[in-house]
Amino acid sequence: MSNWREEPLIFEKSRPGRSASSLPRYELPRAELPAALARAEAPRLPELAEPDLARHFSALAERNFGVDSGFYPLGSCTMKYNPRLNERLAALPGFADLHPHQSPEDAQGALELCFRLQEALAEIAGLDAVSLQPAAGAQGELTGLMLVRAYFQDRGELETRRKVVVPDTAHGTNPASVTMAGFELQPVKTDARGNLDLDDLRRVVGSDTAALMLTNPSTLGLFEEGITEVARIFHEAGALLYYDGANLNAVCGISRPGDMGFDIVHFNLHKTFSTPHGGGGPGAGPVAVRRELEPFLPAPAIVRRDDGTFALDSERPKSVGRVRGFLGPFGVFVKAYAFIRVYGPALKEMSEAAVLNANYLLARLKDVYELRYDRLCMHEFVLSACKLKREQGISALDVAKRLMDYGIHPPTIYFPLVVPEALMIEPTETESLETLDAFVEAMRRIAAEAAESPELLREAPHDRPVERLDEVGAVKRAIVRYEFGEPEPD
Amino acid sequence: MAAAENYPADLKYHREHDWVRIEGGEAVFGITWKAQDMLGELVFFQPPQIGAAIDKDGSYGEVESVKAVSDLIAPISGKVVAVNEKVKADPETVNADPYGEGWLVRVQLSDPSEADALLDAEAYKQLVAEE
Repeated sequence: MSNWREEPLIFEKSRPGRSASSLPRYELPRAELPAALARAEAPRLPELAEPDLARHFSALAERNFGVDSGFYPLGSCTMKYNPRLNERLAALPGFADLHPHQSPEDAQGALELCFRLQEALAEIAGLDAVSLQPAAGAQGELTGLMLVRAYFQDRGELETRRKVVVPDTAHGTNPASVTMAGFELQPVKTDARGNLDLDDLRRVVGSDTAALMLTNPSTLGLFEEGITEVARIFHEAGALLYYDGANLNAVCGISRPGDMGFDIVHFNLHKTFSTPHGGGGPGAGPVAVRRELEPFLPAPAIVRRDDGTFALDSERPKSVGRVRGFLGPFGVFVKAYAFIRVYGPALKEMSEAAVLNANYLLARLKDVYELRYDRLCMHEFVLSACKLKREQGISALDVAKRLMDYGIHPPTIYFPLVVPEALMIEPTETESLETLDAFVEAMRRIAAEAAESPELLREAPHDRPVERLDEVGAVKRAIVRYEFGEPEPD
Repeated sequence: MAAAENYPADLKYHREHDWVRIEGGEAVFGITWKAQDMLGELVFFQPPQIGAAIDKDGSYGEVESVKAVSDLIAPISGKVVAVNEKVKADPETVNADPYGEGWLVRVQLSDPSEADALLDAEAYKQLVAEE
């Protein structure tokens, strides 16, 4: 039974006339609004005194689980610790108080930071030019495919190059981006070692292929062993290679997508370079490209003029245009740049530690959970709860829920789809040996509990603010609107 | 309420965990017990349009559970003549009765001989055991 008290909704705590602040008196004349635009009744906002308001949000915050609360091995999300230093830098008034309409002359420092971040990302990707515009990973993907379109349109080949090849292990956003960019999806299979099936690939790649979208290492946490041959197959067919940077944390400073043969890369700054989503940050999904694709990058571009000043350059006739209204989220750029500069040339130690941590967990868990592809992994790996499912009727979901009782955020489950009862585990580089050992201990004990007291797992979690949720009910009978009761009489 | 694992002998099976029941020049499609077990309780069924042509081994619709969205693979080619409205309204019908009330579409076959290439119940059980 959970020891957590239920926290009422803020509207249930509301009492008419209470207030947490007093607004300054204004002496300006009231603006005249057209009657059609003015609302007939005042909005129904919650009314609380400041202490009640503060306690309400503190109670909600206590119920949250983030990277600062504990281990968060959510595979493919790279939930690394977000250094406090980054936050301090992003909060500097010169950065934090910029206005979206600030003139470039008055924002030289911010533009210089963006320019230097572009240079660092180009170096990490092994490519030539970068745009910081895309707002997050999925928009980075779409922007990348818009670049593919623009490139083939410019060459007069867009009519014939219709297909984008995506492996069956890809993130769901890949097929969605392909469709949204107006291409056709061509799936390819994974072979017995977890690599792209080269025979399948040779069969489907031809003069109608526009590009490959590949995450390397893949969502199985495996490095694509045939990547040079894969690149050759696509380039010989005249197609481009797009690198989904979701798993870049495994290879920074060790191998570069550009050297592997990729032409376009998107980054998830909010994963690889801290500010993980549980850290409350918005995302940022810059793209890097080879020189031939630079003219098509989103405009305006951030450039350094000959006199050393920085400017926004909109004179890009072949550009795909703007993909975002304003440049940003700028705070994420500051944090990513700070993170990269703190490591400096030692950035590869970040990836080495991430890969070492994952392999340590893999080695200590593969005798109790099944491992479909028994190879060294990169920054993450995928176990299966198949044996528990078969023998005890315990699913990956039950294991994940029970982990919460041990104070650990569950790994990603049921993804990638090619592994049944998948548990996708990514420790990142920021965890100590003690934390990793505590996770191993919890996972091994859960496997033992599955045999001794399976009910404990089926009913987990037991001491969280909410118990096992009805996930089907949440989809089918979702209540998305608060229903007010009768208004209180005045 | 979930059904117990079973693979009726009067059906033909596709490797992607779809079944077909041939009835003269028509056939009924659905997903197997194994498919619904892997997906978990279904929350959504996206059927094809009535009259739509569907190709063997191609996707003819989607089912969605809280875990995943999955393409429905056509075991054989044909034209859709009916869609199971009950599954549209209550997708969990598939979990309760995958081979009966949980059928998905009825199809007018374009080439009934395509069924010869499909697995019988024994061969499909073998496949499930190997996975």
